[in-house]
Amino acid sequence: MNGWKKAGRGAKVRLVASFDEQEAVVLRGLIGEVRQMLAGRTADNPADELAALTGIRTGPSTRPDDRVLARLLPDFTTEDADLAAGLRSLHEPALIEAKEAAADLVLDTLPVTGGRVELAPEQGDVWLAALNDVRLALGTALDVSEDMPEQLPADDPRASHLGVYHWLTYVQDGLVQARMKV
Amino acid sequence: MDTMAAPLPSPTVEPVVVEDVSPDVPWQAIVWNDPVNLMSYVTYVLQKLFGYPEAKATALMMDVHLKGKAAVSAGDKDKIEADVAKLHAAGLWATMQKSS
Repeated sequence: MNGWKKAGRGAKVRLVASFDEQEAVVLRGLIGEVRQMLAGRTADNPADELAALTGIRTGPSTRPDDRVLARLLPDFTTEDADLAAGLRSLHEPALIEAKEAAADLVLDTLPVTGGRVELAPEQGDVWLAALNDVRLALGTALDVSEDMPEQLPADDPRASHLGVYHWLTYVQDGLVQARMKV
Repeated sequence: MDTMAAPLPSPTVEPVVVEDVSPDVPWQAIVWNDPVNLMSYVTYVLQKLFGYPEAKATALMMDVHLKGKAAVSAGDKDKIEADVAKLHAAGLWATMQKSS
């Protein structure tokens, strides 16, 4: 992966990058894991009969216990617990669906064995959201902080994962820069 | 007929004016600082979701970064609820609150 470039112009403008096989495996694997966590949250809260009848899906009213999921699915407000519960129940299913759809777009456009990725600008926006979710998940699991060193001591169990995190940062930041020029 | 007393007018009912203590107090969408979200990405999201020019989006992002949070939009409750939902979909850490 050597950065994102803009190709073409007008309606045919594309954001282009190429990923080698190992990079594709890593990114697809992480995207898949986040997708699975989100699907697990949905599976824990099966649609009830009322939802089946009305087509109106409500989600759980309580924040996920898992801190990665809690970061991906934040509270709507900190000031009013009842309002936060109601808004979570109302909005969480759509939020999970949007995140799953973003993950699916990355899986559909990033070849399994690596290779060229070509995105229309709107697809670039979806990729940005999916990359951000993966960074949020990994960053939360690694306890990333703003004063985190670029590298951790070799004996820190998080050291190798932090390298992946920094690579994801490079991929996302490059895509933001390229997308802003389109 | 003139001497007949006209029917007493119905007593005027004073309309009860409900003094709403916060008639038009808008709500705000707040974005909080977060060690993961990139400065470039937060700026881009604010431009894209709210149509802010780059300078305004950058100033708001810097407030988030340096002050820990910034109010990025204001309006009625429904609008702000929708804004926060969009910010969550983009992965920003956002909440809503009544303007103080």
